[in-house]
Amino acid sequence: MDAIILQIMNGLDKGSAYALIALGLTLIFGTLGVVNFAHGALFMIGAFCAVTLSRLLTLSHEVIDETRTDFLGNPLKVDVPYLYDFFGTDVGNVLIDWSVPLSIIFAFPIMIAFGVIMERGLIKHFYKRPHADQILVTFGLAIVLQEVIKYFFGANPIPTPAPAAFVGSFDFGALLGFNANQIIYPYWRLVYFLFAIIVIGVVFAFLHLTTFGMVVRAGMADRETVGLLGINIDRRFTIMFGLAAAVAGLAGVMYTPINSPNYHMGMDFLVLSFVVVVVGGMGSLSGAVLAGFLLGILQSFASMAIVIEMIPGINQVIIYLVAIIILLTRPRGLMGKKGVMEE
Amino acid sequence: MFGLTKTDFNLLLIIAILVLLAPFLLNPFPEGSKLAQFNGGYPDLMQRFVIFGIFAIGFNILFGLTGYLSFGHAAFLGVGSYSAVWMFKLLSMNIIPAILLAVIVAGIFALVIGYVSLRRSGIYFSILTLAFAQMSFALAYSVLTPITGGETGLQLALDDPRVLGIQVTEQGNIPVPSLFGLEMRSSAELALGPWLFTFNVGYYVCALIMMASFYLAIRIFRSPFGMMLRAIKSNQQRLNYTGLNSRPYTLAAFVISGMYAGLAGGLMASMDPLAGAERMFWTASGEVVLMTILGGAGTLIGPVLGAGMIKYMENIISKINSAILHEWFYWLPAGLEDFMVAVVYPFIGKGWHLTLGIIFMAVVIFLPGGLVEGGQRLLNLIRRRKSSSAEPAKDNLTPPA
Repeated sequence: MDAIILQIMNGLDKGSAYALIALGLTLIFGTLGVVNFAHGALFMIGAFCAVTLSRLLTLSHEVIDETRTDFLGNPLKVDVPYLYDFFGTDVGNVLIDWSVPLSIIFAFPIMIAFGVIMERGLIKHFYKRPHADQILVTFGLAIVLQEVIKYFFGANPIPTPAPAAFVGSFDFGALLGFNANQIIYPYWRLVYFLFAIIVIGVVFAFLHLTTFGMVVRAGMADRETVGLLGINIDRRFTIMFGLAAAVAGLAGVMYTPINSPNYHMGMDFLVLSFVVVVVGGMGSLSGAVLAGFLLGILQSFASMAIVIEMIPGINQVIIYLVAIIILLTRPRGLMGKKGVMEE
Repeated sequence: MFGLTKTDFNLLLIIAILVLLAPFLLNPFPEGSKLAQFNGGYPDLMQRFVIFGIFAIGFNILFGLTGYLSFGHAAFLGVGSYSAVWMFKLLSMNIIPAILLAVIVAGIFALVIGYVSLRRSGIYFSILTLAFAQMSFALAYSVLTPITGGETGLQLALDDPRVLGIQVTEQGNIPVPSLFGLEMRSSAELALGPWLFTFNVGYYVCALIMMASFYLAIRIFRSPFGMMLRAIKSNQQRLNYTGLNSRPYTLAAFVISGMYAGLAGGLMASMDPLAGAERMFWTASGEVVLMTILGGAGTLIGPVLGAGMIKYMENIISKINSAILHEWFYWLPAGLEDFMVAVVYPFIGKGWHLTLGIIFMAVVIFLPGGLVEGGQRLLNLIRRRKSSSAEPAKDNLTPPA
């Protein structure tokens, strides 16, 4: 029992990342009908927003510390972040420590702007072209973005720690009456899961509770009619593209403490996220979220030692296997709608 | 001739001349000169040109004709490589059985994957092939280690049986792949003044096979079967409504293109007898897509051009470093020189992928027909200029090369 709970929890954080990326992909697909292969790159750019902010916060100048000496006997030069000068050491330290959560505020406008520019500058010209062209141009864009990031940040993963308050693990088992240390779960992964739930909740609330969201949903159902009613649906869809980019970016920001960001992290997630979208059903938002968590949990179950012993290699292929089975038995995916993406 | 129209025969002839004279054409700069680094005429790179040419020709039969975008084609290349290396391990170092087995195994593999994947079309087909390829990659990397060598890859060893050939050479080495005693790696060199030309046996074997596959591709393109595939691309639904079952045609195209990939994989292993799982990774599949699109999908010569261009860039541009750049811009004033170097630097050396990505995006955006379309537009422009004074411009509707 404890093993099962542990695996479910282990699956949740990866599942959250899948769900967030897949949610953005589906948003773009459902509104604009574009297959965005650069979505993984957006995830990566979000992660590097966090890296950038933590570098900006620790931007420092050299100060000579007279009280200490280095190994040659000269006065020691110490790097002092500008933040210490502005806010004092205590506040400065807190700010630096909380750089990853702070990056959310930093990354959100950047990602929105990035998404809007990308849609207006590039994707807009591809609505009338075949899906293959959309895949190809966004694939090319993903390569370019990836290489630009590699040029500025190097090829090595950049460790970006979580705030000290969230380092360590949470003894989840004690809460449920198991022995101590039976089910432990890192705090940050819990934070990530809660964050994902909140973001997903916000997106759904935005779509279902606001007038703007209602119009967007109407546009997803029948773009032409909404346009005929005199509503500028293109502008709203552009904003939705920005929102989808922001969702992917925030997923990337919060993922940095779990996995040190490197320039190809987006591509690694992209392939799986596409599988998630297809399993969930093209164009179905709740399907994408459901499939994201489902596949994340399935993957962590398949990584259990007993399971690997029974079916060797299953942990490597489970997601693809599930995708193949689902696509062949339920061609529209778990919650796919009729008429979406059916040539 | 050979059952080809005159245009097609000329195209084949051009390809044949280009390929056979490649050691000369790719080495235009004398040894030791500053420009010698742009010489692509060394055996390893020339072999890559033709092998990836075969791969891209095969991919084009599927994507260019039927419009089905497979994102998992590298799996067949990998399977072909593995089978060829196994043939070297078990049977003999002769490349013919190795290549034959590579083609057959890749064909069977493609039949299985195609049978399942082709039940869906569009993006779903892409995802399915991607999923299958990633699965093969993951399995080859982990569980199938006894067959595939896992992370280290599949290599030859001294104690391999090689029942039909020699197990160990007289010097106690592992024998090298050969064609009835003609070693693949042996080459003849010709020095003409400062120029040095290398003629490699392996390259010419690959080149001949590539010409044969190109010929086959022309025949497929011009056959009723090829017409049927084009019909699938332009409107599959209408084809189905006329009562035709299109699945056998797409499946046949998929298997043929899988066999081409297997052939490329087998040749790759014949030139260098080892095989690794990374050949099946999805970026490798992406590469062949890039090649085909860059050259021009649906055209005969496009994929070969695209493959050549990408492999050339990969090998030559990635070798340029900042010292060489400084040499190029030495004639500029000092400040401007550093500035130019700083501007160009991100695009060369390790950054060649950036150049590739930008070129690729530009091609997809502005030239959906790839380099071939670019060439045709250029030709038309020149023709129009010439004819505009003499006679009113007429549409030159030549069939795409």
